[in-house]
Amino acid sequence: MFTIFFTSLIIENIVLNKFLGICSFLGTSNKEKNAIGMGISVTFVVLISTILTYLINKYVLIPTNSTYLETITFILIIAAFVQITEIVIKRYFKELYHSLGIYLPLITTNCAVLGIVLLNTRMNYTLVESIMNALGASLGYAIVLYIFAGNREKIENNNILESLKGIPIALIMAGIMALIFSRFTI
Amino acid sequence: MKKIFNYIFKENPVFVLILGLCSVLAVTNTFEKSYMMGIVVLIILVLSNFIISLIRKLVNDEVRIPVYIIIISTLVTIIELLLNKYSKPLYDTLGIYLPLVVVNCIILGRALAYASKNKIWDSIKDGLKSGIGFLFAISIIGLIRELFGKGTITLMNDISNLTGYRSIIQVFNNDVLPNQLFLTSGGAFILLGFIIAIINYMKRRNV
Repeated sequence: MFTIFFTSLIIENIVLNKFLGICSFLGTSNKEKNAIGMGISVTFVVLISTILTYLINKYVLIPTNSTYLETITFILIIAAFVQITEIVIKRYFKELYHSLGIYLPLITTNCAVLGIVLLNTRMNYTLVESIMNALGASLGYAIVLYIFAGNREKIENNNILESLKGIPIALIMAGIMALIFSRFTI
Repeated sequence: MKKIFNYIFKENPVFVLILGLCSVLAVTNTFEKSYMMGIVVLIILVLSNFIISLIRKLVNDEVRIPVYIIIISTLVTIIELLLNKYSKPLYDTLGIYLPLVVVNCIILGRALAYASKNKIWDSIKDGLKSGIGFLFAISIIGLIRELFGKGTITLMNDISNLTGYRSIIQVFNNDVLPNQLFLTSGGAFILLGFIIAIINYMKRRNV
């Protein structure tokens, strides 16, 4: 069980090894503060939607023999859940909304969320294993995002080629990070 | 001709607008997977732009995104079922990246930015434009990664039971190349970074 957690946390990191959530990875990683906000929001949404989709998959889709509908069902669950979270946070936690609010709508189309949920069903994980995988993957996302944002803030001020500035140097840096992460083994 | 060149290079959704990178990096370890993914995205982009433009006056602004996501995921599910039936090996190698086309930013992006406001025929053309740009970008990356990573070019392998024809070209096999780096995830990031840098450089020199 902990093997699943650490594998999805570091070795098969969701961003660097499975290439999920790269849009938001490049978009929100220019400040460390944004990175933390995005990381927390993604972890929360992934965790809850993993539980919801697991239950719906097990008690609705499989008994009715309609697993081919999983893509539509899962994306709907995620979209609905994100929407509800946004409304609840906006109503009851004003301060949190101001710091996290802008990231929430973006999460629906973050491939990391749908990707983790789909991986869980493809690998036939049990509920506990799914939660471990979801936790590891989304914390892995948050950690990589945070490290990356810190490095990016520093590199922006360096004297590099004009054509490499911005996205290209960020991608090259991500590549080097991916090479380092791929060397971890259990 | 100049127009086509512009679509492909200057307005390329991948290289210039940096959209849809998940699938561009994830499935490009063989040329075949790359161009098949490009074709799938092209088909879905054109169809979703067509349908969304068709119903643009019926959908009100607040429910736009959920409605569009349902339309796109229905299309993706149809393609998934077709591939599962007619080309099982391809369906298996694409894995979760096939359903993940639903959250490809290019498709939802074009739906929101263009198809929801424009006439049907224009939207189809817009879908074709972005789709061909994407197909071009993903094929180039797939070609480079497979050629330098494995020394081969796979034209048809997984889809061979569909076409009845199998073809893998062995290009080189010596001490220097193929180099495993191109097949690793790190190599993919670095390659894409350099391609975008080269395009930035070309753009700055032209202007």
